[in-house]
Amino acid sequence: MDTPSVTRISISGGSSRVWRKGKGEVIGFLAGFGGLPKWIPFLDLLADKNEVIVPAIPGFPGAVGHNNFDNHLDWIVAVHDILKKSNLLNNTSLIGSGPGGSLIAEVAALWPNEVKNISLISPWGISSDEFPMADPWAQRPHELAGLMCHNPKLWDDLKTQPNDADPIEWPVEQARALEASARIFWPLGNTGLIKRLGHITCPTLILRGDSDRIIPKNYIKKFCQEIQGEAVTKTIKNAGHLAELDQPYEVAKTIQSFI
Amino acid sequence: MKHCWFHLMPYTELPEDFRDNHESIWVDIDSKLFDPERAHHMYNDHLDEMEFAADMGFDAICVNEHHSNGYGLMPSPNLMLASLARRANPKTALCVLGNSIALYNPPTRVAEEMAMIDCISGGRLIAGFPVGSPMDTCYAYGQNPSQLRERYAEAHDFIKKAWTETDTFSFNGRFNQQRYVNIWPRPLQKPHPPIWVPGGGSIETWRWCAEMDYVYCYLSYYGYQAAKATMNGFWEEMDRLGKDRNPYRAGFLQFVGVAETESMARELYAEPAEYFYDRCLRVSARYANPPGYVTEATQRAGVKSQISTAASGGPDDVSNTSALPGIQKAQSINEVRKNGFNKNAREFDSIVENGYVIIGSPDQVAEQLREIVHDLHFGQLMLLLQYGNMNKKTANYNTKLYAEKVMPLLSDVWSEWENHWWPKPLSMSKRALPNNINNSMAAE
Repeated sequence: MDTPSVTRISISGGSSRVWRKGKGEVIGFLAGFGGLPKWIPFLDLLADKNEVIVPAIPGFPGAVGHNNFDNHLDWIVAVHDILKKSNLLNNTSLIGSGPGGSLIAEVAALWPNEVKNISLISPWGISSDEFPMADPWAQRPHELAGLMCHNPKLWDDLKTQPNDADPIEWPVEQARALEASARIFWPLGNTGLIKRLGHITCPTLILRGDSDRIIPKNYIKKFCQEIQGEAVTKTIKNAGHLAELDQPYEVAKTIQSFI
Repeated sequence: MKHCWFHLMPYTELPEDFRDNHESIWVDIDSKLFDPERAHHMYNDHLDEMEFAADMGFDAICVNEHHSNGYGLMPSPNLMLASLARRANPKTALCVLGNSIALYNPPTRVAEEMAMIDCISGGRLIAGFPVGSPMDTCYAYGQNPSQLRERYAEAHDFIKKAWTETDTFSFNGRFNQQRYVNIWPRPLQKPHPPIWVPGGGSIETWRWCAEMDYVYCYLSYYGYQAAKATMNGFWEEMDRLGKDRNPYRAGFLQFVGVAETESMARELYAEPAEYFYDRCLRVSARYANPPGYVTEATQRAGVKSQISTAASGGPDDVSNTSALPGIQKAQSINEVRKNGFNKNAREFDSIVENGYVIIGSPDQVAEQLREIVHDLHFGQLMLLLQYGNMNKKTANYNTKLYAEKVMPLLSDVWSEWENHWWPKPLSMSKRALPNNINNSMAAE
């Protein structure tokens, strides 16, 4: 894998890393639970045909400043700013996974003219009694990999400290990523997004791994039903919650066919 | 030295196979184990024990706050103190350690209730402000761990201002906005009741206590041996900040079992101690570390410590004591995250050997306490004399013997220091007497 180019943008007193790679129609990606401490094969596959732009969510690896945001409005405005400063709101295709998927859905609902289409991988945000999300923050560390991926080794590999990383800052950064997702979605993963899904008018693709242990199947069905625009769902075989880690080729191919 | 009688108010009838068949005593403890009719008796027994302790001459009786917890039946410690304010010995201070102030929005409620207790009791309240354990705050009460400390700091500012500001004011905080803050009643003690802060070993907490002139309380269940590094760290930080070494700046919790002889003590206290350390500390590792609960500064300190320990070839036993106030030390936080609280001593001989519980004859207990009080250098001794499934008869025996035979042996300790952090109640001549129909000062 070639490395992407790296720039930084300022957001509400914090700073976010922005990765760019590839040529072609621009697509943006917001990461899933745990963020992206490393560039992943899924992004390379997208970059084969597109220019992929990947800004980091505040508090996720590559970005700080999550403590500046106290409520959901703060977060949505911040994510809009991030996408705008990353040149991702010019009628652009946007992809998001888990927490990132929920935030992309928010932007599509509130700024429909700035988004071309959205692809959401097991998006968070609408958990309820009928279709509850599993609790990703009350897990033993050694159980988390199996909860995130069909192949737990992929999560472990993503989170393993590279030789050139700071041995003190690396684990702090990974812990911060979990905190940032908690800051937005604690305790149930329900941000009231269901009330705003009806404002999404752009074409929407929703993906879920068939062995996703975080987001139930019926949750995805409900999520899709609430969207006003054309929405389709697709199940990714042999994939867990982070389907883009488990099946990068299948997920990238499905999204590129859609957009 | 102050002897403060502390009660956790445990549920005393957890099954013998609790550890084998239940994952956690906290957060998702099996509700089928709770029998309200039995709890009726437990609450009343526990309150009796506290009233008895007050009659025996303890300086304070202490309660604390836990939620969804089988060893702490006080979701609302203020309810307990309200009862004790009326019924317990009027010479005894009332210590709530405390209210997890980040949980209450607006914190007005805490300011009001504590002011009520201070008024009812004639100014005997000690106000404890813990951040609260992860299990209580983040899981049982759903507070966002990423905001917990920010909310705690703001709630503290709110409550203190509500107690001291004479005019109605607006509070415009990040998390709490209230146009009219004007609590009624006001605390009797001026400017406010003494504030004690239960905490782990975080340097931020030590500095804050020093800056605000609060008592720092290290409430460990693992005794004095495991507390040395933390308490030494606290006093070294006080030295760095130029604070005096007044031992009353610090409080410490210790389990004690006293009997006529050591062998009698072993016989009496083995079962309740094992009940506590085996059943009551059965806490799922899933609830040990909500993301954001431990500050990044503390995380860095923990990682550095791990690295240096590994480099020196030492065991993987890094203690990050600030992570879990109330249940820290002894077992490394890294082990706790992985396996839960299952590595600590659970058999009586080991419990005693590790110093979790001090047992013996009155002379033996006094000698050990004198040593740890000086070694750790604290003046506010909080004593757990009822623990686990100890019944009222044994608890009262332990309490009585301690008061009559141990306390006098320690009466000279720290007599050269003044305790600036103790309640200043009304004189007895100005106090109301409960149920006194001839109260000349009563409101008409």
